[in-house]
Amino acid sequence: MPEYSILIGGKAGEGLNKAGIILARIMNGLGYRVFMYYDYPSLIRGGHNFSIIRAAPRRIYSHRTGVDFLLAMNRETLDLHAHRRSAGTVAIFNSDAVKAEGIGLPLSQIAKEEGAPEIARNTGIIAGFCGASGIPWDVLESTLRKEIPRGLESNLAIARRAFSAVEPVPAARIATLPRTEKILPFLTGNEAAGLGLLAGGLQAYVAYPMTPTSNLLHFLAGVPADLGLTVVHPENEIGVMLMALGFAYAGKKVAVGTSGGGFCLMTEGFSLSGMSEIPVVVMLGQRPGPSTGLPTYSCQTELHFAANAGQGEFVRFIVAPGDLEETYFWASAALSLSWKFQIPSIVLYDKNLAEHGYNFDIDSVPPLPDMPAMAWDRNTPYRRYALTESGVSPLAFPSAKGAVVKVNGYAHDESGITTEEAGMVTRMQEKILRKGEGLAEDLRGMPTVTVSGSKGAGDTLLSWGSTAGVCREVGEALGLRVVQPVVLNPIPAGKVREALEGSRRVVTVEQNATGQLEKLLALHSIRPDGRILKYDGRPFALDELEARVREALA
Amino acid sequence: MNGRQLITGAQNTWCPGCGNFSIQFALKALLQDLEKRGTSLDDVVLVTGIGCHAKMADYLNINTFYSIHGRVLPVATAIKLANPDLTVIGCAGDGDAYAEGLDHLIFAAKRNVDITLFIHNNRVYGLTTGQYTPTSPLGFKGRSTPAGTLEYPLNPLELMYASGASFVARGYTRNQPLLKKIMADAVRHQGFSFVDILQICATYFDVHDVYDKYVYELKDHDTHDPAKAMKRILEWDYNNPAPIALGTFLEREIPTFDGRFPVQPAVPAERMGKIRTILESYR
Repeated sequence: MPEYSILIGGKAGEGLNKAGIILARIMNGLGYRVFMYYDYPSLIRGGHNFSIIRAAPRRIYSHRTGVDFLLAMNRETLDLHAHRRSAGTVAIFNSDAVKAEGIGLPLSQIAKEEGAPEIARNTGIIAGFCGASGIPWDVLESTLRKEIPRGLESNLAIARRAFSAVEPVPAARIATLPRTEKILPFLTGNEAAGLGLLAGGLQAYVAYPMTPTSNLLHFLAGVPADLGLTVVHPENEIGVMLMALGFAYAGKKVAVGTSGGGFCLMTEGFSLSGMSEIPVVVMLGQRPGPSTGLPTYSCQTELHFAANAGQGEFVRFIVAPGDLEETYFWASAALSLSWKFQIPSIVLYDKNLAEHGYNFDIDSVPPLPDMPAMAWDRNTPYRRYALTESGVSPLAFPSAKGAVVKVNGYAHDESGITTEEAGMVTRMQEKILRKGEGLAEDLRGMPTVTVSGSKGAGDTLLSWGSTAGVCREVGEALGLRVVQPVVLNPIPAGKVREALEGSRRVVTVEQNATGQLEKLLALHSIRPDGRILKYDGRPFALDELEARVREALA
Repeated sequence: MNGRQLITGAQNTWCPGCGNFSIQFALKALLQDLEKRGTSLDDVVLVTGIGCHAKMADYLNINTFYSIHGRVLPVATAIKLANPDLTVIGCAGDGDAYAEGLDHLIFAAKRNVDITLFIHNNRVYGLTTGQYTPTSPLGFKGRSTPAGTLEYPLNPLELMYASGASFVARGYTRNQPLLKKIMADAVRHQGFSFVDILQICATYFDVHDVYDKYVYELKDHDTHDPAKAMKRILEWDYNNPAPIALGTFLEREIPTFDGRFPVQPAVPAERMGKIRTILESYR
């Protein structure tokens, strides 16, 4: 089966993310399924950026170490990625900046002659790649027309010159796949998350910029006005969380977005959500710490932080999707569950999922559950914290005629007035915890654990979040079962046990240094036989994980 | 709900002589006045922080959000954005607004969101039993500074002027008629209304004799003249004895934050159709 990897690299600030997206869209248009890994340091200019686009005839979630095409905007790209080259790798580079073996294109000169900005050199090297791999001109042209809103004509002129300057390399020919399956949209996890939240009825989004969720803020700030979404970027994450609670108190379905550092500031408001029973969804994109850590890289280190954030004991829902379909489904479901049970939810994802590009098939997403929030009947005297069997009290919002809506972060009675009386404090603590039973019951009918790879195999990879994607591919390649708990709180321990039934050896795969899923499962007496951990901020390459799995199972 | 009982059955636990009784009395009058002018109390929300002032949320029988220390303003701002038809009032203490939540105070003024903030400024932490606050005078002997503070107080009115507040006023609990008038004007003002209310803490900082001696009412003051407003604001620095002006110092008619937000469509678009349209652009 044909499969291709294309790397494009250069200096930060030279549009390499966009160039990667254009390459991915070209491959997507040829009928391939694509994945794009984008690697960039935390700075605006200088430093080295690169994207690796992998294309295959089946759904994929990872990159490979080796590449078939190396598109170098500068010398550094050739040097830093020399280990990715094999005999058949085609190198295409800007010959105005680099002297090397391979296909050199005078991109700076061409851009200058066409009166285009320097960033348009990317278009030239992409056209050179199309020329070398025999990708038809019309495929390139139609992609550029869609992707380049400004200065299209000069970009097309550059592309035409670069395309015709390169002779096709017969051994590197990329074929158009027969159209047996539909072309799928290609987008990032942040975009899928935003769409999922909208599908769930999101009315307000509040966030302070922080990688890797800033692009979710940008995406939602840019959606059409008739969706009726209010987007606010306040003074800090403390303000973000409290604003979110203000929106929800007034009846608006709300989400916030951040990473670990920002979530530290949100925890006091997160705990207030628990006590005041005001629903909020936190889109928590993980990046490596402690502290500032590696701002633009990825990890799975906040599972226990998310599970324990905020003082006091209250119910929270935590879900860690592993691909775009799961991200879309669970972002939406988290919003509904938060409102049904009046609890905070955390969608725990990471830079790999948030900022990398994947295919998304909305038609394969399970139907979104219909879970209406419990509304006040407008007849009985209103008490915001009325004690009920389920623990859930009917909701009313300010301006409702005849309802005095009192919410409170102090221990309170049914009407929301502060009390420190022992009996009421006990009943209210039990009330807020009782909501967890209904939550667990609702989750029983939902896809909280997925099994993929070779489903009946004895050797099993146990993983979560974005790491599950590369595990699926390894599972398919090596004939292993792959089990992925998607919901992590309340942990569906029974379903995990069921999914593991008949396994001979179970190996966890996580992107952290301490085995956070492993620790969580140990609380439920689920004990794996081995562990594969990675904590350098970079996602597992497919071949890298394959080698480590072989080693672990040897 | 018209003519409702405005006081809940919650037991009042303010100390005898506490300035909060006067503020509660003025707030009650304000609510009655709002109702008389046609505002339904169902459309009023009070947000409080944490501290003695915050018990107001328990005592007043209206919609309330009893939030946490320092966070009155982000909550109040979002409630106004979520439902611009609501009248949103915040009550916060001086520790609340000038220490823990100072960033929110500056931003609320900068945004000019159409809400009203009443500061119960007793210049001491009462509920935590007597420590200095950002408006305690230099040398204040509190339980965390037994030898006296080593820092000057800040002048909150000066700060609010600089941050862009469009209504800046100061009241005093022992001048009830003026306090009521200021509070009513503040709620009527379109934009961020800031009222620093001097009150005594009967237990930890009772300086009513000083206030009684130095306060005076602003007369013939042009509230639309920023230079004159600043001159009056700087008269008393919250530290040294000086005449203490009471009344409205500054008013500015400028667009509000909530008013600048796009008007929400009456009927939101059909979501799934819109989502599929957005997805098409990613093909």
